[in-house]
Amino acid sequence: MDVKSLYVAENEKDACGVGCIANINGRKSHKTLKDALTMLKNMEHRGATGADPDTGDGAGILLQIPHSYFKSELREFGLNLPDAGHYGLGMVFYPQHYATRKECRSIMNQLMKKMGFQLIGYRLVPVDSTVPGHESKSVEPYIEQVFIQHKDPNIVGDDLERKLFVLRHFITHSINNLIKSVNNEFYFSSLSSRTVIYKGQLKTDQVEKYFLDLKQAEVKTAIALVHSRFSTNTFPNWKLAQPFRYIAHNGEINTIRGNVIKMQSKEALMKSNLYTEEELKWLLPVTDKRNSDSSNLDALVELLTISGRDLPHVLMMLVPEAWQDNPHMDPERKAFYKYHAAMMEPWDGPAALFFTNGAQIGATLDRNGLRPVRYCVTSDQRLIMASEAGAVHVAEEKIVEKGRLQPGKMLLVDTENGTLLKDEEIKEMVCKNKPYLNWIEQKRLKLKSMPIPVLEKKIIEPQRLLTRQISSGVSAEDVKLTILPFAENGTEPLGSMGADVPLAVLSRQSQHVSNYFKQYFAQVSNPPIDPIRERLVMSLFTRIGNSQNLLDETPEHTRQVHISQPVLSRDDYYRIKALENEGFTHKIIDATFDATGKETLQLAIARIAEEGADAIKDGHTILIISNRKESSKRIPIPSLLAIGAVHHHLVANKLRTKAGLIIEASDAWETHHFATMIGYGASGIYPYLTYDAIQYAHEKGELDKETKLDDYKANYIKGIGKGLLKILSKMGISTLQSYQSAQIFECVGLGQEVISTCFNGTISRLDGLSFSDLEREVIIKHKAAYSNENKSLLETGGIFQWKQRGEKHLLNPRTIHLLQKATQSNDYQLFKEYTRSIRESENHLINLRDLIEFKQRQSVPIEEVEPVENIVTRFATGAMSFGSISHEAHSTLAVAMNRLGAKSNSGEGGEDPVRFEKKANGDWERSAIKQVASGRFGVTIEYLNEAEELQIKIAQGAKPGEGGQLPGHKVDEWIAKVRHSTPGVGLISPPPHHDIYSIEDLKQLISDLKNSNPAARINVKLVSEAGVGTIAAGVAKAKADVILVSGADGGTGASPLSSIRHAGLPWEMGLAEAHQTLVMNNLRSRVVLQTDGKIMTGRDLAIATLLGAEEYGISTAALIVEGCIMMRKCHLNTCPVGIATQKEELRKLFTGDPDHVVNFFNMLVMELREIMAELGFRTINEMVGQAHALKVKNNLNHWKAEKLDLTPVINYSQPPSHVGEFKQIDQNHHLDKALDNKIIKDLKKSDLTQTLHYLIKNTDRSTGTLLSSYLTKKKTHLGERINIDFNGSAGQSFGAFLSSHLSFTLSGEANDYVGKGLSGGEIIIKPSPKSTLIPQENIIIGNVSLYGATGGTLFVNGQAGERFAVRNSGAKAVVEGIGDHGCEYMTGGEVIVLGAIGANFGAGMSGGIAYLLDDSDKLEQNINQEMIELEVPEQKDLEIIHHKIQQHLEFTGSPKAKDLLANWNVAKIQFKKVMPNDLKRVLQMNKEKSKVA
Amino acid sequence: MGSKEGFIKINRELPETEQPEDRVKNYKEFYKPHDESLTTNQAARCMDCGVPFCHNGCPLGNLIPDFNDAVYQEQWEEAAKLLLSTNNFPEFTGRICPAPCEGSCVLGINKPPVAIEHIEKSIIEKAFVNGFIQADKNIKRNGKKVAIIGSGPAGLAGADQLNKAGYEVTVFERDEKPGGLLRFGIPDFKLDKWVVDRRVSLMEEEGVRFKLKMEVGKDINSSELFIDYNAILLATGSTVPRDLEIRGREFEGIHFAMDFLTQQNQRVSGLKVAEEAIWAQDKNVIVIGGGDTGSDCIGTSNRQGAKSIVQFELLEKPPTDRKNTNPWPEWPLILRTSSSHEEGCDRHWSILTKQFLGNEKGEVTGIETVEIEWRNGKFEEIEGTEKVYPCDLVLLAIGFNHTQHEGLINQLNLDLDSKGNTLAKDYQTKVPSVFVAGDMRRGQSLVVWAISEGREAARKLDAYLSQESKLPAKNISEYQLS
Repeated sequence: MDVKSLYVAENEKDACGVGCIANINGRKSHKTLKDALTMLKNMEHRGATGADPDTGDGAGILLQIPHSYFKSELREFGLNLPDAGHYGLGMVFYPQHYATRKECRSIMNQLMKKMGFQLIGYRLVPVDSTVPGHESKSVEPYIEQVFIQHKDPNIVGDDLERKLFVLRHFITHSINNLIKSVNNEFYFSSLSSRTVIYKGQLKTDQVEKYFLDLKQAEVKTAIALVHSRFSTNTFPNWKLAQPFRYIAHNGEINTIRGNVIKMQSKEALMKSNLYTEEELKWLLPVTDKRNSDSSNLDALVELLTISGRDLPHVLMMLVPEAWQDNPHMDPERKAFYKYHAAMMEPWDGPAALFFTNGAQIGATLDRNGLRPVRYCVTSDQRLIMASEAGAVHVAEEKIVEKGRLQPGKMLLVDTENGTLLKDEEIKEMVCKNKPYLNWIEQKRLKLKSMPIPVLEKKIIEPQRLLTRQISSGVSAEDVKLTILPFAENGTEPLGSMGADVPLAVLSRQSQHVSNYFKQYFAQVSNPPIDPIRERLVMSLFTRIGNSQNLLDETPEHTRQVHISQPVLSRDDYYRIKALENEGFTHKIIDATFDATGKETLQLAIARIAEEGADAIKDGHTILIISNRKESSKRIPIPSLLAIGAVHHHLVANKLRTKAGLIIEASDAWETHHFATMIGYGASGIYPYLTYDAIQYAHEKGELDKETKLDDYKANYIKGIGKGLLKILSKMGISTLQSYQSAQIFECVGLGQEVISTCFNGTISRLDGLSFSDLEREVIIKHKAAYSNENKSLLETGGIFQWKQRGEKHLLNPRTIHLLQKATQSNDYQLFKEYTRSIRESENHLINLRDLIEFKQRQSVPIEEVEPVENIVTRFATGAMSFGSISHEAHSTLAVAMNRLGAKSNSGEGGEDPVRFEKKANGDWERSAIKQVASGRFGVTIEYLNEAEELQIKIAQGAKPGEGGQLPGHKVDEWIAKVRHSTPGVGLISPPPHHDIYSIEDLKQLISDLKNSNPAARINVKLVSEAGVGTIAAGVAKAKADVILVSGADGGTGASPLSSIRHAGLPWEMGLAEAHQTLVMNNLRSRVVLQTDGKIMTGRDLAIATLLGAEEYGISTAALIVEGCIMMRKCHLNTCPVGIATQKEELRKLFTGDPDHVVNFFNMLVMELREIMAELGFRTINEMVGQAHALKVKNNLNHWKAEKLDLTPVINYSQPPSHVGEFKQIDQNHHLDKALDNKIIKDLKKSDLTQTLHYLIKNTDRSTGTLLSSYLTKKKTHLGERINIDFNGSAGQSFGAFLSSHLSFTLSGEANDYVGKGLSGGEIIIKPSPKSTLIPQENIIIGNVSLYGATGGTLFVNGQAGERFAVRNSGAKAVVEGIGDHGCEYMTGGEVIVLGAIGANFGAGMSGGIAYLLDDSDKLEQNINQEMIELEVPEQKDLEIIHHKIQQHLEFTGSPKAKDLLANWNVAKIQFKKVMPNDLKRVLQMNKEKSKVA
Repeated sequence: MGSKEGFIKINRELPETEQPEDRVKNYKEFYKPHDESLTTNQAARCMDCGVPFCHNGCPLGNLIPDFNDAVYQEQWEEAAKLLLSTNNFPEFTGRICPAPCEGSCVLGINKPPVAIEHIEKSIIEKAFVNGFIQADKNIKRNGKKVAIIGSGPAGLAGADQLNKAGYEVTVFERDEKPGGLLRFGIPDFKLDKWVVDRRVSLMEEEGVRFKLKMEVGKDINSSELFIDYNAILLATGSTVPRDLEIRGREFEGIHFAMDFLTQQNQRVSGLKVAEEAIWAQDKNVIVIGGGDTGSDCIGTSNRQGAKSIVQFELLEKPPTDRKNTNPWPEWPLILRTSSSHEEGCDRHWSILTKQFLGNEKGEVTGIETVEIEWRNGKFEEIEGTEKVYPCDLVLLAIGFNHTQHEGLINQLNLDLDSKGNTLAKDYQTKVPSVFVAGDMRRGQSLVVWAISEGREAARKLDAYLSQESKLPAKNISEYQLS
């Protein structure tokens, strides 16, 4: 692979389906294996294929060693196997090459001997090599089994496993290190005396076809674990298939980098009497950053288990449930988690983890419960558990229990004892192993509880403060827009209209080092978290102290200091210093360097790193890196460089876990500064200068003196804390502990020298500055501060507000004015003047594209270039909702785009149906693109069918990984109607789509939407970041028709200031990476690639096209043409030109005109055509991705930009002739396989009044959606609903977007997303008539039912999973119990729960009503009271409830309903009514209004 | 930003003025005292725009949204700091600037703009009253000397900056009082001269020396300055008036506006009026030229007791609202009624002066005119519209050609640009130690531009003498690395 491309292998992601079958009593059978393989096949839709339809992403099965089978197999070769459990069986992947293989074997044999093993024999694994697809076949390994036994016959059981464990690592390390030609491909898929794993780069149905052993009836097992993988790309790799040796994982570890970095230091401390020192040497390292997240987690689970902990214990310590803010947790259990937190950071991320050691098998979910796990127990003692219910058919009458795993919970089968253990039992057992609570009480310290230090009042000397601020780079804007708002409001300040300033490396102004780092965020392959509404899973605590041996557990392990959050107050800081009294001695490391040039920055950094290491060797456990000694003679070292250097030096010397790192910083004031410092190793930061600035503002009266100074400081700390949670959560990380030193950033603009010293392992693909360059930047600030100490003001800044002395902006008074004037007057000469004025920015260098120019090529006459009207259809305007902008601004764009044959975008706010009809003059206000975002506002079946394109917004440029909010005051009658909500009630868009937690979920949503409107293209909107190419490949495999890679600069909506600037990358990088990766995977020709993000000129379009885009989105420029003047106050509803406002009086001031917008796009294309002609491209298709027509400019005249290497961006390698470089092939969505086709056919024959009947299984997904689209498109109007009955286990999205024409009754069960987007239809779900279960005690439907429903009804005779009725805005439901986060973000509708609710009910619920009958005493503690209140239902309410229960009984025959009605007088007093405060306030107001009227 | 909806709720409002009939009785400024809340309310109208076009429109780069916010917050000292950081003399610009900032104020798109100039004046006056402005007597001297020629706004700004940077600054002024145009060009009713005196004394207190009645190039030879000074900053303005060379120009009673205005200023200041008096009392006055100087002539004539005042403007009558071809944020080419117009005069547009008429005594008695029609930037006379306007005094307020060449420029042998102004790229002339600022370099312009030029030239001069300048630049941050 070309190293100069943007593709980075470590960004590969995967997700999957997973399942197991176990006989609880340990009875082995071939049926278990066979059923597991069936289960695997039935989860094929959770896997994927790429360009080669026969090459899957990997699948496999783990089973107990079928001893008798192998015994007889080997006997045929004259080999005699010892008794079961007395030998090890290895499944070995060799390279195919014979000589290499031989070499491997010889090393293997040698090392076995060295460890006291003897070879029994090798067995070539019988496979059918015709099965794998050609891609897979190209890397098919040579697979052999090796049978070995230890010389010492007493080494059996755990001892034998341990020896085999060491041996496996010993052999793998040695071979991969010694034999270069192996190419790191030598691999044991398993080596154990208990289990064996058959896996490969296979599709689910290919596993049993390929491995002939699996067909043999003699192959019997009591445990079978299967896994089907969906990888984001298609580079075949057999090793990455799962299961691994101990786990099979559905999900992703977001904190993997930090986890693996920390393991390096932990391994250095490892000791165990279970291993000899030599063995430890052979064994380590077990983790390796080159391996996938799942395989590293597996390695650690294995290490910790094999070294003496129980399997559940290990899982609890690696993937703890949310414990910190749970006041109801048993203290012993809490102590267990606290204790282990001192030695291990959570391996955090969405996860369904199945684990086994061959005797026990179980599963656990991450704290957020973001992956589904359903199980059933049968009367013949089988546990069947998988990502989906119904993947193996089980006769209903045999089922004794149906359940699901809940967030953070565990289930375990011990086949040796024949027990099935639930979460409570398992954890109680584990937590009793050691007196953790006792140890913690004795040993653990809490910073908060330490005595308050006696300190003198701080005296501010204004001039000195100013000097220091200047030398740290604080601007007036920083104080005004960041520091003081934090202090006043305790929340992150907001801004709008994206970013248009230079990247740090292109700026001519000295930069804060943090500015070179861009925050990563979760998209598609894992979900971001909502840190506000789901605060219960988040934590900010951090700790300092030294770590102990991970393989042991003693009271000393918990001798650490707990710090509740990382932004240290002055008191905290002095408390830390006072820890000396407790034996935690500290060393202050002076992070300044000589101003006279005696020491360079680079040498100073090396010096402090060394000082840090020495201090630890001297026994200090706290290092304080401080730049307080700054003076006219000493220059402060940027704190981020200092912490990074010390941290990485300690890591390299395996000293890191011996001390905590604290920073005393003058240069920390905004959230991103804290995030980067923590991300590179800090446990706590004391931003002393920022506190001084707050104090000074208070003394001056800039901060109201009515409030105490301490409160302002506390607000500041609180606000930064919230901001940090947001940054963590956008990456899907819940705990600061895991975020710390996880380096979740991409660097743009720092060179290898700096990266390897301070930020080792961080991706920095474009190279950049050296230490001496950074030194220049530091010195200029120091000079500005100390060369003239009489200054009266800070530098202006000018990042968010254009200033003459400030940072350069793409959108400045001149460019805005010229653009408006040129488009209003339709004057192309003036337009050229405008584009010239934008190009002037090239001298300022704002964007990466400013560093690129076109090569000289053979030109063609412009007449030969395809006409304007062809090209102009390739445009879209961006997703801006009606609500974020006014109706006038929104419809003007729509009319203009429709006139051009281009597309406008509805944004996330629904669309008023009046816009669906064309106007008399032919104009059309309908948006051709309808967006489907996480809030699902107004996403009805009608809305979906009024679209040419449906866009799934995964992220948006201005704030990727975050949700949004439309405050109540913006929700007027009209907006409320369109969004299906109540006027005046605020609306929340969650950070994640609650039906996309991973790539296979996205595939499902794409399929849902395609069913909902088969004529529409499905577009997936991503935001540029490292790895977006890999994500794009995954999205292409998930069958998107269009992929939009948005630049991080874009964005028009309101978002936190730090997100506008610091999250995501420019489109140039994301687009190029996506194009390159898609071409590499031969997926490019299947998707349209689109880009956006402050595209302003024809030249921008030409560069975008050459980097791979064939369609373009434009928002900011289009708004400016409509009259936007970059006020950047969109979030305040006060737009003075009537665009981003709903105020009547301001909307009247809107003067935009569709003609101007049409002029704009035409002129843009005119300019693009000129460039096309010059470069010799006659069509866009010819031009797409031809990056060889670009070159990097040389005379940049910019000392920083010259350090960048842009060749990876414009990298071009000619693909093979069969690989297309633009969209040519339509995706096959397999709509013909939908059950709905049959129903439609039957309906055509039926008279519509008779009920139709169908069998249904888990592979029948989105049932009813295609049908609803068909009926909606036909504009069918019926008096009665069409009744359809189903029997069986329905697949995902049963009844999604079901229209009001339909009533579905399902007897059996359903998986996730029942009634997603329900659009007026009726769904009734009840157990199979054969079932013997008590319905209300068992789960019957999966997670995230009724997500985004806008109307209709749902009756569920049984329990539902997590997140029931999330974002419901109109559906009414009766259900008999629900999981966590029920009715989250609900804005309308009615939910009646006749059973228990899970935690965090009603978080972010601003509308709708819920009635709860939870007779447990946990009701109140499970309610998130932030936005709702529990009330006693009034008579009117009780009538509603009674009526609904009657219907429920009638439709489902629910025994619970029957019971309640029978005892109504008792039952009715048990109901509680959930009333959203917001709604209550509005209702109250309306009442008063009508009174006045 | 202070008030997020100030611009919606509050209308533009300026302090009341004396009634025209009262104010023409004297030469004093005529704004009535007002409540401070008027100013803070006006500041609340500022929208603190993401792209503050006002700040862009200001030649000084005044931090307008920032000081508006400070005023709204009643942080007057902070406001003064912000204002003075870009503008040496807000007390001048706050009074007489045509306020391009207000022309480009974003609120001006659909509402009357923020009263920026009024706020500016209020800040500086409050700063003086509250004692925020104190002479800095401890400026560290760097031992170098600079001569500044001309004490108009450019010279004064340059002097103030260089003095603060530690130079020993001497300002040479040929008139008997410093201030140049500020003192002798602008009437007192627009800029009371105590305002100029206050500033000059402050500068003197801080160490600037003024050598008055000393015309360099005449009273002393320019080259002598090189002996005593390390560098020279020229700022003598653009003083050669544009003439109207048509028939009858030789009649008596036809004067350049600036001669007329200067005399009145001298009178008000109690100075001797040097030459033949130009007096409007009881005369029919015609002012040719529709600009600010023309207005000043009207105001002055009214105060002197003219019988009638007529003003001619060659260009056509501007519209009352912006035309499509003149969109915001361009300077609005609209009909403006100055305070002097309010005081009474007869205005005519699209008027071409054909010839002056006179009597046998050689005195002007009237002007023959013709109406014209403008087409594509050119005009044509309209037949049959010839007309004679009787008059006794004609004031030519049609601008200035360029700077004066004799004396200074010729002695230093400096190059001129195509318009006759001093050629000095980046403010430095071909004589390395000689710098130029203001109208002398850019041609006739606004006071605010003169101050800007003085500041920027001072910085270049400082950099020339000291390798690097610590003086602030208008559009270069101190954090900027080239």
